[in-house]
Amino acid sequence: MTDLIRLTADEMADALAAKDISSLELTRAHLERIAAVDGGVHAFLHVDGEGALAAARTIDERRSAGEALPRLAGVPIGVKDVMATKGLPTTCGSKILQGWVPPYDATLVTRLRQSGLPILGKLNMDEFAMGSSTEHSAYGPTHNPWDLERIPGGSGGGSAACVGSYQAPLAIGTDTGGSIRQPAAVTGTVGTKPTYGGVSRFGLVALASSLDQAGPCTRTVLDAALLHEVIGGYDPMDSTSIDAPVPPVVEAARRADVSGMRIGIVRELTGEGFQAGVQKRFDEAVEHLVDAGAEVVEVSCPSFTYALAAYYLILPSEASSNLARFDAMRYGLRVWPSDDASAEQVMAATRAAGFGDEVKRRIILGTYALSSGYYDAYYGSAQKVRRLIYDDFASAFERADVLVSPTSPTTAFRFGEKMTDPMSMYLQDIATIPANLAGVPGMSVPSGLADEDGLPAGFQILAPATRDERLYAVGAALEQRLDAAWGGPLLDRAPTLASAFSGAMGSSYADARDGEGR
Amino acid sequence: MATTTTTEVTIPFVEALAAYEPVLGLEVHVELNTATKMFCGCATEFGAEPNSQVCPVCLGLPGALPVLNEKGVESAIRIGLALGCEIAPWCRFARKNYFYPDMPKNFQTSQYDEPISHDGHLDVELEDGSTYRVEIERAHMEEDTGKSLHIGGATGRIHGATHSLVDYNRAGIPLIEIVTKPMVGAGERAPEVARAYVAALRDIVKALGVSDARMDQGSMRCDVNVSLMPKGADRFGTRSETKNVNSLRSVERAVRYEIERHAAVLASGGSVVQETRHWHEDTGVTTSGRVKSDADDYRYFPEPDLVPIAPSAELVESLRATLPENPALRRRRLQSSWGYSDLEMRDVVNAGLVETIGETVAAGASPAGARKWWSGEVARRANAAGTDVVPYAASVGVTAAHVAELEGLISSGRLNDRMARDVWDGVLAGEGTPTQVADARGLRLVEDSGAIEGAVEKVIAANPDIATKVRDGKVQAAGALIGQVMKELKGQGDAAAVRALILARLTGAPSAE
Amino acid sequence: MPELTRADVAHLAGLARIAMTDDELDRMVGELGIILESVAKVQQAPIEGVEPMSHPLPLTNVNRPDAVHPSLSAAAALAGAPEVDQQRFSVPRILDEE
Repeated sequence: MTDLIRLTADEMADALAAKDISSLELTRAHLERIAAVDGGVHAFLHVDGEGALAAARTIDERRSAGEALPRLAGVPIGVKDVMATKGLPTTCGSKILQGWVPPYDATLVTRLRQSGLPILGKLNMDEFAMGSSTEHSAYGPTHNPWDLERIPGGSGGGSAACVGSYQAPLAIGTDTGGSIRQPAAVTGTVGTKPTYGGVSRFGLVALASSLDQAGPCTRTVLDAALLHEVIGGYDPMDSTSIDAPVPPVVEAARRADVSGMRIGIVRELTGEGFQAGVQKRFDEAVEHLVDAGAEVVEVSCPSFTYALAAYYLILPSEASSNLARFDAMRYGLRVWPSDDASAEQVMAATRAAGFGDEVKRRIILGTYALSSGYYDAYYGSAQKVRRLIYDDFASAFERADVLVSPTSPTTAFRFGEKMTDPMSMYLQDIATIPANLAGVPGMSVPSGLADEDGLPAGFQILAPATRDERLYAVGAALEQRLDAAWGGPLLDRAPTLASAFSGAMGSSYADARDGEGR
Repeated sequence: MATTTTTEVTIPFVEALAAYEPVLGLEVHVELNTATKMFCGCATEFGAEPNSQVCPVCLGLPGALPVLNEKGVESAIRIGLALGCEIAPWCRFARKNYFYPDMPKNFQTSQYDEPISHDGHLDVELEDGSTYRVEIERAHMEEDTGKSLHIGGATGRIHGATHSLVDYNRAGIPLIEIVTKPMVGAGERAPEVARAYVAALRDIVKALGVSDARMDQGSMRCDVNVSLMPKGADRFGTRSETKNVNSLRSVERAVRYEIERHAAVLASGGSVVQETRHWHEDTGVTTSGRVKSDADDYRYFPEPDLVPIAPSAELVESLRATLPENPALRRRRLQSSWGYSDLEMRDVVNAGLVETIGETVAAGASPAGARKWWSGEVARRANAAGTDVVPYAASVGVTAAHVAELEGLISSGRLNDRMARDVWDGVLAGEGTPTQVADARGLRLVEDSGAIEGAVEKVIAANPDIATKVRDGKVQAAGALIGQVMKELKGQGDAAAVRALILARLTGAPSAE
Repeated sequence: MPELTRADVAHLAGLARIAMTDDELDRMVGELGIILESVAKVQQAPIEGVEPMSHPLPLTNVNRPDAVHPSLSAAAALAGAPEVDQQRFSVPRILDEE
């Protein structure tokens, strides 16, 4: 029975289609796994056992009735708490939204429901997706399944840790500067940030509108493709949605063919600043791709050296405006600094109490970058750098079909290590940010364990906009060869997380639970 | 109703104008009459149950995204074209960031340095027959805010309220903001120019069919900027911005008041404070609102949730082809078709009655009758109520069809002019349609020829001297007989018919029939 | 690059409607100073004459037809409100501004 949860989503779908298992069994097995290990991992902010089981039952009934169902129907999933879910609390990891239950579903969530994926619950994240460690969650951090004393990456640490610890085969993440890819890298899982506009943002609580993109978090490249296909595609509710079919990602993942493909190594995203073990696994992965028939070219993207600076102006600027709506007037927390306080005072007191330090820092930074007299120097300059980065990608993709780099410069660090130094935390996203600025798709697949600490490292693949299938071709080819070399998936080497944690529920976890279900 | 603020010093208008040249700037918000809001599919019915026309988008719920209303863009372009503006080949929305409880996202989705239309003009006709050209700086798209009810203060005012109740039905309704360039050189006609401009703008958007342009319902709102500069100076003075001046009459009065107030400040050696001011319809004064400060840093930036608007030349030309006739040219055509004098036409235009009279004539009334009924008693009452004719008529439920019906009652011979006035009073008092009022009040010309003949015989017999004069050819003497016959008929006779009958009896002239 | 002062941060916090204690302001001045120094690097990039890019997608003219979609029920719209009165969102008194 416990082996059920170690199947890939693709295998689960096969077993469901063959009626070897029911969705109810599968969903129950995952709920049991959550009960057993999430006390230690803390991937979930809210578990909806009842809703998931009801959805599973419905799918089983429809399947028994002979209905032709979507491929992933009956396979359970976890959803990052930044997606609006009707009837399910949605907090974005923030106190300011504690207890808020959206009256609507994000388009992506609607598609999950229509495709019959039971939603197990909502996954932990850095507050409003600001962070690279989940330490900025108001409800306590998520722990890395490889080492519970370490961060699972962020902001989507909950999503990566959830699939990495077999609490779900699939999860939804969002990626504004690396929040899907960096957690995937440090947890030994797979994560894709699709082309900007490839997956609807309607119902994704915006951090930075021009950068945010939701995508799949999984254990295998094929599973990511299957989920990508479910959530992708045009949505008339999102003006920035691409009106075109989803790229042929599943086919590419199945073929795993890189023969003749030109793989571009980005000079600016390797070497200095990257942990030795991370760099080493990257170099070996490139060799595997060459063995598989790919050709390697070196490309230079000189403007990438300005990407982090541009990103930390554009993101806070957009975020300062996007987060203005959290004002205690229509939903969420309301704090009265005094009995006769004015609306303005209540807003200021609520935002002071409801936002964490990192959110406040970025709001103030964004407010500054947009304010009159500074706009041109900061936001304006950052937008110009953005153009340079876009142009660098365009030239690089003339010489290479995909670009590759290590996903994150380091493996998972210990809790607290970077909390007092925001800039060092920001550097975690140095290799992932350019893709968001240019809107191109990116993926992280495991490249192995770094020699110095035995922790997972990630291999990043970037493709031209709307050519997401190339990520899957390269990712799947690499996965095949690495799995063969390792004698099985990397995650097989992760600790099993026996149910010993069930009694050791962290206090922060208990706090979060207290805040739910009202 | 008492205003809590002290009345400020003013000096007489004539004196103000002797020393200073007024400079005006008008910002008019026109609410479009699209079926749905600017960025979501919520309905825009006026007067719906509170918070019944809202959705995640217009409530600013986390995660919701805007999608632009195609009709909103087309209406914006048509307004721009009607104002002779250039239509931007490429433009964007921007976010105007500031916190306010009636604004769900705490930014207004608006246009900043890239308006959809810019650099136009509108010629307005003044009472003295001259024309003033108002230069239009821009007409841009934006969204409306919610509406607040202020509780606990004096009579619904924001000042002194303990809390407010917000209804977001209006939030997200499309607005077009039309901004003039500084209007100089109008001199003492400045208040009239302001009023005539707003009236002309209203006529245009109504003719375009893009807005109800009801100032009384807030579907057209006007902010008035006034500054003064000493005669002969070439630098503008500090301006005040008077918000929400919501009738044509108030626009004129507010401009006049602000000129008088600024002049008093300047004449006493003071300096005008750059501030927002509130217009008080009841007392006819403005009071100080908020002082403009560097806190008004709206941190505009391009709205990342919407994509740029790039109207094709084909679209713009196809919209240009749908433009109604230029209201000024149309007015000239209507004037000649209606047979009005220049003065009559100007009165009609200034009263904002062109469309109404057009509708009334279309409903079957004569142009002369339409003008008479609309600009007479209705205008007088509207003025007494401190509002404009059209909203007043709407408020008491009087329509073009009523006027046409009244006219029909006269031309069919049921009512004479004096009776028609009685009936109109009844209609204005809400007693029903003209026919219903005439029936209820028992007003009907005497049609019984026997009764009329009887009365004529009786009056001739009673006035042999006058009868003789008439027989002898002094036809004007018949007037005295007519008056007495009408009296016999209790006023319900047809005076022309009575006259004809008397002359036929006394001189043998053929009667009317 | 001008130094960000404590008064600047207090002003920005006011614009952003975040109440801050003196301690927080002091801390924020230091942290933001470091971040700003780092992000100011954008000004050293070869950006002269470069067209700003606000969005990664080259889309234009994405509109919807003017057709009514069902709204939320008032009850659903108000369900998350901290306070409701007369089917409206009850909010603290609004200071007399604009």
